[in-house]
Amino acid sequence: MATTVRPGADDAPTGAAPGAAPGALTSARARGFGVATVLLGLVALVAFGLGSAAGVDSRFVFSPRGEAVVDLSVPARGGALVLSALLLALGAHLVVRRSTARTYGLFGLALVLFLAALLVWATRDASMSVFGLASGTMRRAVPLALGACAGVLCERAGVVNIAIEGMLLAGAFTGAVVGSAAGNVWLGLVGGAAAGAVLGLFLATMSIRYKVDQVIGGTVVNIAALGLTSFLAARVLVDSPDLNRPGSFRPFSVPGLVEIPVLGPLLFRNTIYVYLMFGLVALLTWALFRTRWGLRLRAVGEHPRAADTVGIRVLATRYRAVTLGGLVAGAAGTYFTLDATGGFDEGMTAGRGFIALAALIFGRWHPAGALAAALVFGFSEELQDRLALLDTPLPSQVLLMTPYVVTIVVVAGLIGRARPPAADGKPYELG
Amino acid sequence: MTSATAAPGSPRPRSARGPLGRVGDVLLVPVLALVSALVLGGIVIVFSDPDALHDWGRFFSDPAGALSSSWHAANDAYRALWSSSLGSTAALSRTLAETTPLLFAGLSVALAFRAGLFNIGAAGQLMVGATVAAYVGFHWDLPRAVHLPAALVAGALGGAAWGGIAGLLKARTGAHEVITTIMLNYVALRLLDYALSTEAFRRPGRNDPISPPMRESARLPTFDLGGLRVGLGLVLAVAAALGVWWLLQRSTVGFGLRAVGANPDAARYAGLPVGGAYLLAMALAGALAGLAGSTNLLGRSSYSLTGGYFQFIGFDAIALALLGRTHPIGVVGASLLFGVLRAGSTGMQSQTSTPVDIIVVIQALIIAFVAAPALVRAIYRIRTRDTGGTQRFTSGWGA
Repeated sequence: MATTVRPGADDAPTGAAPGAAPGALTSARARGFGVATVLLGLVALVAFGLGSAAGVDSRFVFSPRGEAVVDLSVPARGGALVLSALLLALGAHLVVRRSTARTYGLFGLALVLFLAALLVWATRDASMSVFGLASGTMRRAVPLALGACAGVLCERAGVVNIAIEGMLLAGAFTGAVVGSAAGNVWLGLVGGAAAGAVLGLFLATMSIRYKVDQVIGGTVVNIAALGLTSFLAARVLVDSPDLNRPGSFRPFSVPGLVEIPVLGPLLFRNTIYVYLMFGLVALLTWALFRTRWGLRLRAVGEHPRAADTVGIRVLATRYRAVTLGGLVAGAAGTYFTLDATGGFDEGMTAGRGFIALAALIFGRWHPAGALAAALVFGFSEELQDRLALLDTPLPSQVLLMTPYVVTIVVVAGLIGRARPPAADGKPYELG
Repeated sequence: MTSATAAPGSPRPRSARGPLGRVGDVLLVPVLALVSALVLGGIVIVFSDPDALHDWGRFFSDPAGALSSSWHAANDAYRALWSSSLGSTAALSRTLAETTPLLFAGLSVALAFRAGLFNIGAAGQLMVGATVAAYVGFHWDLPRAVHLPAALVAGALGGAAWGGIAGLLKARTGAHEVITTIMLNYVALRLLDYALSTEAFRRPGRNDPISPPMRESARLPTFDLGGLRVGLGLVLAVAAALGVWWLLQRSTVGFGLRAVGANPDAARYAGLPVGGAYLLAMALAGALAGLAGSTNLLGRSSYSLTGGYFQFIGFDAIALALLGRTHPIGVVGASLLFGVLRAGSTGMQSQTSTPVDIIVVIQALIIAFVAAPALVRAIYRIRTRDTGGTQRFTSGWGA
């Protein structure tokens, strides 16, 4: 069983040097990043720098509404030009230098610079709340990060889970209905988690007991969840709208910590979902990498035969991991109906389960990485929303594409480097 | 080490034939899958029917009443389904019209499966193809002999390009097509919205997202066979099914695709261009999906492109490919079945107010049962000496 070398890793479907794994960072590829940075710099220069009128300012507000104002104004054209110049310099450096050290980090910096230039340009003669941007990013990242955590649980145990979308949807629906029927949002959360766990158990049974291809099984769950929730929403919720009026969780503050200027209200005045997101990521990281339970789970996902020989119950571990993953995903789904506006809409998850999957891969199957990726995706969603409000010449439909294009770029650019658990996707035979 | 996997479509070994013979064997599981799905679907219908639920609440005082109203709920729903899909030549014509795009889309997914790829992007490929075909159809002015083929080819090329993106990404970077095709679906949806909002696509006199109607010279003709209306699109779809069969079973290129699908590492070792196979498979799959949209656009009565055109066809297409065991002829049969379900569902909704989404549930159940023959066998206690394990359609993540 391949451990360090992935099957097929020693051939090169790309034009990389022979012997390099697909996606390995050759100096040619690193230079490519440099060229891309230069291009970004040129775009920024022309579109943002020269495209901004002189004499107007871009104002960025860092404090929440109702608090003492902390803001920063930059001249729109000047700011964009400076950032473009930085981009071009960085790009030139990446192209010219010998080593490939920290290429990804530097390219990340380039992206940040480009984004800053974009924001300066978009906010010309207007004001943008950076606080709102950050707060919205965190909130939008919740279903993505929690969904990705659910995926981590399943995939680290060796079961591919593309049913996160269906579990989110089921959690959203059940959370709304239970929350309305019981008049209690906490019960709604529990109900949603239970629905997710049921789907997880179903997926586990299909893939482990009946050895259905895990991608097929996941698709079945997705289709069934979409069909059932839409059907029940059309049949039951239309007739009894009271079943679709759950309350919502109120944001609450962590006393003391919330007093910290700017960061305090951002991080410590939120609904339970944001705290849950950070808490679960921390908990899962600790549990997976610092406990015996986590070690066994990962062993089952990497080399189930060896785990079996040592006495670990492979199938039971997988069942539990997938069901637990479903539980997390179901709870994540309740975010859609119990956090902001209450009420379930057919198909309201809109593909976020798949973006969570991309976050999982982007995060290298690690909860903290998945959180970072989720924040990136959440940011792109939030940014697109805010750009649509500002007066930009880009059509709204194009802006709406951004999260999805970002996902493709991420998956295509990084997948070669990320190694999934070795036994991911393969059913296990006892004996 | 893993269970023996029968490559999709390979003939069963002779010694493991069940009591019904080979045809019976192949059909038994799908038929039972269908029956089970319909039964379970019926149960869902019953338990969402207000009258039946009410009677179940009084089960202990009137058990017969509960059972009879349950039976009526399910029976009425399925009767309505039958009558509006197969009950008359008009209904049959509707069924055949529904079948056409399903058949193309099912072939798209089935072909990709044969190359080891999971094409969830049929919807996006369809939309891009339809958009391109629409433009050719309403904007260009050509004689009929040229216009119609041009529009169809444009649709196929558009879909092929869209599918090719995912194929190229998989070939060059190993990006898993499940994610890329799903993301491309959403991008295509927005692209369609954007296109319909531009001047070029606006229908004169209307502000909603609808294209101008296709010109007469680009429309697909319909043949009237004693009351039964069969569109040329359906004929093309069946021809495509035969073409896919020929490609896969009788051509060198198709052999290459199947080899890559069965074992990419072995194929690579044998010198087959795996990346090229992925690209070709996705491009062809995209072309078929593009034709699904184009033939519908050019052949159905509204002849216009609207927002979200067929955006939910993707899951149907997967179900069809699985139900047909990824064999083109099987996909034809499965498409007819789904055509029946589709055509019948609107009647079911109008006559018994059963929401059309129940069809989605039934489809999910069908896929579940078909993808897990062991499940069906366990339920019905079918004994078979055939040790063919489950079909593995895809492997994990990465190349």
